[in-house]
Amino acid sequence: MSGTLGIVILAHTALDRVAQVARFWARAGCPVVIHLDKAVDRAACRALSTSLADSPDVGFSPRHRCEWGTWGLVAATQDAATQILARHPAVRHVYLTSGACLPLRPARDLIRYLDARPHTDFIESAATSDVPWTVGGLEMERFTLHFPFPWRRRRGLFDRYVALQRALGVTRAIPPGIAPHMGSQWWCLTRRTLSAILEDPRRAELDRYFRKVWIPDESYFQSLARLWSEKIESRSLTLSKFDLQGKPHVFYDDHLHLLRRSDCFVARKVWPHATRLYDEFLSDNGHRAEQSDPNPAKIDRVFARALERGRRGRPGKVSQGRYPRAGREAGPTAARYAVFHGFSEVFADFGPWLARSAGATVHGHLFAADRVQFAGGATMAPGAICDLAGIRDANPTAFLQNLVWNARGTRQCFLFGPRDRQAIAPVLARDPNCELHVVTGAWAITLFRTNDNFGVLRAEAGRLQKIEETTLRAWQAPDAAARVRVWTLAEFLQAPMETMLPILDHLGPREARHLTEAPRLHPLDGFPQFLQNLRNMGMQLHLTGDFALPDVAQPQDRPTQKPVLVNK
Amino acid sequence: MGLWQSYRMRLRRQRLLIRAFRKRRELRPVHLRLGKIGSDDILLFSTLRNEMDRLPHFLRHYRKQGVGHFLIVDNCSGDGSGEYLRAQPDVSLWRAEASYRRARYGMDWLNRLLMVHGHGHWCVTVDPDELLVFPFCDTRPLRALTDWLDSSGLRSFSAMLLDLYPRGDLTAEPESDMTDPLAAACWFDPGNYRMQRNPVYHNLWIQGGPRERAFFAEQPQRAPALNKIPLVRWNRRYAYVSSTHMLLPRGLNQVYDTSGGEKASGILLHTKFLPVFAEKTREEIDRGEHYSNSGEYRAYARALERGPALWSEFSQRYVNWRQLEGLGLMSKGSWA
Repeated sequence: MSGTLGIVILAHTALDRVAQVARFWARAGCPVVIHLDKAVDRAACRALSTSLADSPDVGFSPRHRCEWGTWGLVAATQDAATQILARHPAVRHVYLTSGACLPLRPARDLIRYLDARPHTDFIESAATSDVPWTVGGLEMERFTLHFPFPWRRRRGLFDRYVALQRALGVTRAIPPGIAPHMGSQWWCLTRRTLSAILEDPRRAELDRYFRKVWIPDESYFQSLARLWSEKIESRSLTLSKFDLQGKPHVFYDDHLHLLRRSDCFVARKVWPHATRLYDEFLSDNGHRAEQSDPNPAKIDRVFARALERGRRGRPGKVSQGRYPRAGREAGPTAARYAVFHGFSEVFADFGPWLARSAGATVHGHLFAADRVQFAGGATMAPGAICDLAGIRDANPTAFLQNLVWNARGTRQCFLFGPRDRQAIAPVLARDPNCELHVVTGAWAITLFRTNDNFGVLRAEAGRLQKIEETTLRAWQAPDAAARVRVWTLAEFLQAPMETMLPILDHLGPREARHLTEAPRLHPLDGFPQFLQNLRNMGMQLHLTGDFALPDVAQPQDRPTQKPVLVNK
Repeated sequence: MGLWQSYRMRLRRQRLLIRAFRKRRELRPVHLRLGKIGSDDILLFSTLRNEMDRLPHFLRHYRKQGVGHFLIVDNCSGDGSGEYLRAQPDVSLWRAEASYRRARYGMDWLNRLLMVHGHGHWCVTVDPDELLVFPFCDTRPLRALTDWLDSSGLRSFSAMLLDLYPRGDLTAEPESDMTDPLAAACWFDPGNYRMQRNPVYHNLWIQGGPRERAFFAEQPQRAPALNKIPLVRWNRRYAYVSSTHMLLPRGLNQVYDTSGGEKASGILLHTKFLPVFAEKTREEIDRGEHYSNSGEYRAYARALERGPALWSEFSQRYVNWRQLEGLGLMSKGSWA
């Protein structure tokens, strides 16, 4: 019998698989023409033709050297197609496949599908201007420059020749009547369209033109089918996905279920050692003869995710395979977190209170000089991060990244201040995930409450103010990405709770928050006088803000002062 | 500056290769089956000493992944490892009686074997306590990975060392027999690793994990390096510089993405901390053949006297590669 569907296979490796697939088509009555790359050695060719000698409908076409992106592939296709049309007059559709293509459905499904659409050409064919997938960035230029050098083997020569032509302003004339189109090279054309292309009186001229076009196998038939086809369905019947480098994704045994559910007719490219796929799909028990249309969406998702992983990685996770250089990291951390600078100096029990009110994990001073103060006094945090300052200081950025990454799903907060190790400060500034709430000059309250000699206090105040100033400068830099809100101590003390409430709201959903208690302010009787004494000792206090001397802050009675919004 | 650096790296690489060449006489063939190596076999190279406990599982693990031939240097084992390996049909065995330390912890010997027998092959270079895990390793053989690396134009593949430890005390008596080290020690630290780029060799320098927090808390900078590049499509001009942490030429160390993406990577499950660890530690200190005067082993011994358990409430039990991938310790990259 002679079928209406003819198969052309372009093969260059894994010839045992090619034989298996050819036999599959032949069994269903489809004539097959195999083109073997000229690079395949003689013995392998002979072995293949011997093993297929029992299938009279399998033939071999004249061999060309098929290098990626060169004319050889088109020439091979032309010869094979001519041969199959001439020798098998019943053939109505010719399906072009590669040696790594695997039919996913019984051949009769495909035959029936094409019988129902006898005049339709299935060829992905998009106008050049709309094509986003081009490798190397040459879109229109692939039709208007000369490309005599293979891109894979002679990259340098290729690039230099392109540059030279650009410099000289070379533009090839596109033959009249041809609108350049591109698309997948795996098509299924009707005899009518294919023979029109192959027997075109202008073929010599067109071949001459396309011979020097770049990747002609993606544009020759795609452009010419537009001239002759009655009805083009611009899609490929072959399921084929491409990765970042423009090479097809490979299917393995573990894709079996995905491939089954795709309902596509043919998949490319299949790993030659995927024995289970070949066994399953080439066996004759065609138990799935339903008439569903191809639906590659599910498989699309898997590969789209893989592409995304390869291209963008997991922001905030530095790993052995992902080490973004400065500027390419898309934020150093994986999730939003909040830093409270100065608050624990103002309130007596700020940390525990915040933990109760905000429903977040509130650590103490993570960057304290002596030890990492994890929430609840723990000695270890998720991920098995230990509380040793030495290990943290060996790479503070990694410490923060690990902390946030391991706690994905729970909001992290921690306290900070000028007594802590400051190496992390610039990292916080450039992290868009970081919310920085800063009360400046709050360290003065702690000094006020200690019982040291005034000379010691004066020196310490100078030191802390200097550290805080440097850190603030980093946080308030114009290129800082963190959301930073800064109050001076005086501003903050005017209305501490009115300032805190919006911060709490921002931290998390307000689940009928039992804000029954307010954090306890440290008693500040005599604090303005203390500051004045520091000033009298010659210190210029500019981070605390201005306190009226006789009057101690009575926060709740004052009108709310708007916080300074420094950065969004 | 760049040129000068490249030139110095070239000299260094040549020196390593000459060194490896000169050490060739220290390798005495015990039983070679090199004729069995097929032209596209994946090969495994290893140096070992007294690893009878681990060997059966080790060979089983890599055979299952599709390693075609094992090329092993036996550094004076006295526990039957040599006899055992000699009887294996897919092992070629050499014996080296010279100093392990002076052979740069065995790397000179392996560089020599890689140079002669590894050329053109994908080569796995691991210690007997390192078990490779790579993306999809439960459903695809190693060849699927190497084919994919080939088609992606990649010559090397990184696999970070992940220390496994038992739940209990390291000095405790072993409960089960040692047929499966992963059953005896299956806990690991999921997320306390830090890395920085080595400006000279361009590899990532990774530290952290249980060894750092338990044994090197005071000097974290001296904690062992965990970065490894154990799978390379070998060329006779390549050389491992320090263990399998890095190679020359430096392009082989570029196993990470620097533009924000993720490259595919694996894990070497490190079964060092089996219950026999305490005994081994004493032995290695006496031998003094390890890096920086066996300082690492001295640190272990000091800590072991306190009888520490590496286990913590945040340790995770090893399940499979997908778990490690989810934690971000390894990656599928764009391989699907």
